[in-house]
Parts: sequence; C-alpha cells; structure tokens
Amino acid sequence: MTSDTPARRRARVFSRRRGAPSRARRRLGAAVRMIAALALAGGVYTAFTPGAFAEDNVQLSAAALEGKSLYDTSCISCHGRDGQGVEDRGPSLIGVGSASVEFQVGTGRMPMTRQEAQAEEKKPQFNEDQTKQLGQYVQELGGGPQVPDGPLVDDIEAKPESLARGGELFRINCTSCHGFGGGGGALSSGKFAPSLHDPTPDQIYAAMLSGPQNMPVFGDNQLSPDEKRSIITYIQLQLQEDKDPGGLFNLGRYGPSTEGVAIFLVGIVLLVFTSLWIAGKS
Amino acid sequence: MKRRKVDLADAPVTFAKGVDDRFQAATPLRGLLNKVFPDHWSFLIGEIALFSFIILLLTGTFLTLFFDPSMKEVAYDGSYPALRGTMMSAAFESSLNLSFEVRGGLFMRQMHHWAALLFMASIVVHMARVFFTGAFRKPREINWVIGVLLFLLGFFAGFTGYSLPDDGLSGTGLRIASAIMLTIPVIGTWLSAAVFGGEFPGEFIIGRFYIAHVLIIPGILLALIAAHLGIVFKQKHTQWPGPMRTNENVVGERMFPRYAMKQGGFFMAVFGVVALMAGLFQINPIWLFGPYRASEVSSASQPDFYVMFMDGLVRLMPNWQIYIPIGNGYSIPPMFWPAVVGLGALFTLPMAYPWLEARKLKDKRIHHLLERPRDNPERVGIGMMAFSFWFIATISGANDVIADKFHISLNAMTWAGRIGLVLIPPLAYYISVRICLGLQQHDRQVLAHGVETGIIKRLPNGQFVEVHQPLGPVDEHGHPIPLEYAGWVVPKKMNRLGALAPAVKGFFYPVEKPAEIPVSPAVGGPVKKEEIKSGR
Repeated sequence: MTSDTPARRRARVFSRRRGAPSRARRRLGAAVRMIAALALAGGVYTAFTPGAFAEDNVQLSAAALEGKSLYDTSCISCHGRDGQGVEDRGPSLIGVGSASVEFQVGTGRMPMTRQEAQAEEKKPQFNEDQTKQLGQYVQELGGGPQVPDGPLVDDIEAKPESLARGGELFRINCTSCHGFGGGGGALSSGKFAPSLHDPTPDQIYAAMLSGPQNMPVFGDNQLSPDEKRSIITYIQLQLQEDKDPGGLFNLGRYGPSTEGVAIFLVGIVLLVFTSLWIAGKS
Repeated sequence: MKRRKVDLADAPVTFAKGVDDRFQAATPLRGLLNKVFPDHWSFLIGEIALFSFIILLLTGTFLTLFFDPSMKEVAYDGSYPALRGTMMSAAFESSLNLSFEVRGGLFMRQMHHWAALLFMASIVVHMARVFFTGAFRKPREINWVIGVLLFLLGFFAGFTGYSLPDDGLSGTGLRIASAIMLTIPVIGTWLSAAVFGGEFPGEFIIGRFYIAHVLIIPGILLALIAAHLGIVFKQKHTQWPGPMRTNENVVGERMFPRYAMKQGGFFMAVFGVVALMAGLFQINPIWLFGPYRASEVSSASQPDFYVMFMDGLVRLMPNWQIYIPIGNGYSIPPMFWPAVVGLGALFTLPMAYPWLEARKLKDKRIHHLLERPRDNPERVGIGMMAFSFWFIATISGANDVIADKFHISLNAMTWAGRIGLVLIPPLAYYISVRICLGLQQHDRQVLAHGVETGIIKRLPNGQFVEVHQPLGPVDEHGHPIPLEYAGWVVPKKMNRLGALAPAVKGFFYPVEKPAEIPVSPAVGGPVKKEEIKSGR
C-alpha cells in the first residue's frame, strides 16, 4: 500500500536526482557526517564552557589576594581549592557572598574546631581586617549577598515607628527560635538558635542575609533592607541595652522555667531559714 | 470642780470588762488565746502558703482596679515605645498600662505573680512535710484531701491568672488548654466550644477567665482554706514525739502572746520576701511577648512551674494515636493520656493515699504524734517515687531551655525524660528505703552500744577498740543495757550529751531552755488531765 505522504515524495525526489549510492559511499558519508557533528559539538562546548584554569585570568583585587592567602592556609582543608567545597567536610563557598564570611569568621564560628551539629561561637581567629579580606576573596570568587554600607540601626528620634515595627517583625520572624527575649533556644539534635545579646548590627544583618547554620535565609524579598534595619533596631535598643523595667535581675529572660527555679532557690530557701530561726527561738 | 480621774493603767481592764459585759467573750476567748501550738520549723511551711494567699488577695484587689478584661482590639498608645501603634486587645493594653503608667503597678503585678509562685511552691513543700512525717493519718485524712484540692485549685487559679494579660505567653497557654480539651473523646469539641464560646480564641475567654480568677476560684480557695485551718484547729496540730509529748497531749506555745507574735512576725517575713523578689527579679515581661497572635509562638514558652509537670508529660508522650472506627471514626490523640488521664490520676491517687496506707498497715488508730520519715521506709519510698516522677516531668517541661543552656541535644533530653520517668522512680524507692533502714539501724546501734567517743583504746592483746559512752545504765560487766527507741532523735555526738560544748551556737537554736512548756491534751485521746494548767 503506497500512500502519498510528503516524506515519501521527498525520498522519491532525492533518489531520482542522485540515484542509489554505493555501499562504500554510504559508509564514507556516514563517517564524514559523524566527524562533522563531533567537531561541531566539541567546538560549541569549548567555546561556551570556561576553561579548567579560568580563574587564572580573573584579576583579584589586592584585598582579595590577601584573603586568598589566608584562605589557602586556614579554610582550604574543608572548603577546598577556590572555595569549591569538599564532600562531607565543607560546603562550596561559590555565591555565598561576603556577608556569610563576615558573619561566620567575624563571630569565630569559622574556622570550626570540629565537625558537630553546629559551629559554636568562639573567640575570632582573624581580626577585622583579615575577615574583610577573606570576605572580599569569597565575594570575588562567585558573588553573593553583601552587608550594605551605612548605619544599620535606625535613629529612633527620626523614625520612632521603627522600634515598634521591628518588635512586630521580631516576634513574627525571630522569636520562634531565638525566644521572646533573644536569649536563644534549642533546635533538634543538638542544634540551637544562639543568643542575640552579643552580636553586632553588622553580624545580625549578615546572618539574616546569609542564613548561617540552621537559620533560614531572610533575603531582601522576605524582609526588605528597611525591615531588617528595624529588627536590628529592636534587638539593639530593646533586648541588648536592657531597657525593660522590672528589677535588677531579669533571670536570663528564659521564661517561667527560671522563675520556677528562683522561687525555690530564693523564696523557699529564705523562708525556710526564717522559719528555722523563728521556731528556734522558744 | 471635780476632775474625773482617769487611770491609764486600768484602761485595758475596763475596756475588756466592757466588752465582756456586752458580748460574753471572755470564756471562748480564754480558750482561744490559751490554745497550745507545737513548735517546729517544719510546721511553719503551711503558713507560708496562707500568708502568700493573703498577699495574693491584697495585690490582686489592687490589680483589678486597673485591669480591663476585654478582647476588643485597640491600638496601643502608651509610654512603652516598642509597642506603640501595635493593635492589641484591651486586656493586654490595660496590663501594659498597669505596668507602665500606674504608679507602683508593675511592682504590684510582680508581687502578685511571685506570691502566686510562692503559694504553690510552699504548698508543694508543705505537702511533702505532711506526707513524709505521716501527718495525714487518722484523724486527718480529710484535711489531706482538702490540701490536695487546694493544690488543684491553685493550679487552676494560676492558669487562669496566667491567661489574663492576653500576651503571647497567655495565648500560647490557652491554645494548649484548648488542645487538651479537644483531645477528650466524643465531648472534646463541644467542651472547647463551650469554654471559648466558639472557635479558639473567640472573644469571650478573657472575660470568662477573669470572673473565674477573681471571684469563683478565690471564693472556693478561701472556703477550703477556712475549712483546712478550722480542722487543724479542731483536731489540733500534730507534734513530734519527745520528752513529755504523748499521743494524748499537745506541748508547745500558747496562742497568745508568743505564738501570735511569732506568726505576725512570720507574716511580715513572707511579705518582705515576696516584696524583695518583686523588686529584684523581673517576672513575666509581657511587653516582650507582645499581644497574642496565633502565628507567633516564642521558644521557651512554658507554663509556670506548677503546671510544668503536665507540659513535660505531654512533651514526653510518644506519638501513639488510637483510632476507633465507629461511625465516621473517632481518634484518641496521644496528648489525651498525659494531659487528661495523667492529671486526673496525679490528683486522685494522692487523695486516696491515707486510706490505702491504713488498709495496707491495718492501722485504724488515731495518730497525733508524727513519725520520723526513717521509721516508715515504705512511705518514704513511695513519696520519693512520686516526687521523682513529678520532678522529671517538671524538668521535661523545660527541656528545651535546659537543652539549650547546658548544651545537651533536645532529642537526648526527651529520651532521657522518657527513660527516666520509668527507671528513676523505682530506683528512688529502693535508695530511699535503704537510706531509711540504715538510719534506723544506726539509731538502734547507738541505743544499744552508746555514743562513739573518738577515744581509741588498746587492749593487752594488741586489739584496738573505740570506747563508747552508754546512753543509759550499764549491767554488772559495764555493758550498756539496750534502750527502747522512742521515735525521736537519738544523740549521736558527745556534745549532745553535754560532755562537750555545743558545736553550733546561736542563730537557729534556742538561746536558753524554756522554763516551762505548756501542755494540753489532744482530741480523741483518753481523758488524762493531770497536766492541764489552763484552757484546752
């Protein structure tokens, strides 16, 4: 059964013009086409992929070069050459940005002492300049979020509503892990949300941008830079500077658990000694 | 002109006579004022609860003057800048104004809260004292039951009060309460809807809890406290065994003047400690929690310590859901067991304990003398079992804070709680029974052989022995005649025998020996009135 499909018609036209090619000719043609296709694919690949040593051509700034030398001595064993990461040891640093570096290195969390649930805050191993240089190096490796310049704490004389808005945003976004008083809280399996009583505005901003450890990333789409500044204003003025009233001791603001300890250790102990004293005088 | 002569020295007598002429008060008052109370420091712990209840009534009345139990939404415009412009309920706004605008308001709020914690804490300690010394035995079983009910009512008074400010912590607590109601099979949904007036949180709960907190529960508490004290008054206080003290008398101090003055002083001390804590320690900073929003739950959201055991049991309960395929299907959520069944059992079992113990020991006698804990090791063991269970449950109620602050994995805390809840109470039973038996044995040993003097003697055969000072007479060989144990402290050091100067002087011990101790007979005992001097 012949049907007059366009394909068959084309085939007929083709065979009419050329005639049936010989077997050797067919094979030769196939080989040539194959080589051409391979050459084309390879050529396109070569043209569009960066070379294996592409970074040799990237011009690092002076600060980044300093950072690279620090990186090559202190970070490379886990994060690998050029921040590409090492499996099961350290993640890739391409694209994490200087915000992440400034937070992790500036708070002493990196370099890590050992692999555990979460990096602990400790005395920073690098000074501020070195941290900036490392940040610059990672920034130039693959870009990423950066802490903006300028003040991160709002002037509440000029913007009085910032404090209340920051408090609102803090309660919505932060208290579920860091606690109502910013004292920190436990997460599963030894992970935790750290206390917010120590970090500087820069570090808080960097943490929100980069989402270190188990913290989610609060990118500029979730919290605008203005909202981030409000939150920092609340943390700085309301939680860190201890502006809330109600006594000399706030019991760590860990909620009713420390209050329960206090009533037994202070109230009951004082009164039991009082009753010993009163009953003793007979 | 004749001046009327007024003799000031006669004034009290004239006054008292005038009162008695009109009200015939002398006879009942004489009995009351001469009533004898036994004296021991551990008998004063219940008073801490009584006095903190009085403080609660006083400070609570102050707070009601400024609190508005309404859930109407308002915008805050007070003096606390970090909430200005925030929408909140009128209840929360009035709590903030109470804290920041009313003079002394925050101090009164903190005093009220600390007094509430002290009330519950002293009830716990008082219950422990009554339990471990066997003070709940016949005829005082009903008073023990009333005591357990007082704890339960305090629990609900505390919870309703905790809910009133309508801050983030209150709302989270209410959410859990609503969830607990919902777990009750069949009636749960109806119960929650009835309490909240519809879906949680609704618009009524603060108003309803307010009436419960300021009127209904304190009313019942007051009635039960009155009954509790009335029964103590009628049945008389228990006393420790000791010289001159028998099951038929009460040895101690008269109500007036010494006991009344001591109690007055103790009330001042309790008041002072509560005020000190309210001034020094911040409690429940509602302004940091902010107004309640269902979507905002802070970490470390815990109930106050006396509710924490329930929270802990809920946290420890494994996820065992029971599905009942009847009709459209019912399910019993895991939370039902710790929060409803557990709470019920934890209150009814202690109430039944006096009768259970009497049945076990076949003890139907009347007891006015206390038992030293060591003399009833099984009771101490059971008490320690209950206490360790309660303690682990309470600790687990704060397990996230403990995990975080002591750098322990939260999962490890949960599993430690689960395993501990099963393993620790029997272990506590065993250890405390052994300790009691050991202490008993040591008492008996001292009674049989005398007090260790610390003098080592070498016998002619080279053997070393320690010289013992017999407590009583000796037989013809110089060996002490074993003495009967009297249920009271056995002297175990030479200075207790007067051989050396006392090791501790002063503060907590009597400065001088009282010359004469008033004695009065107990209720229900045989009539032996030879020691009565006046009154009852």
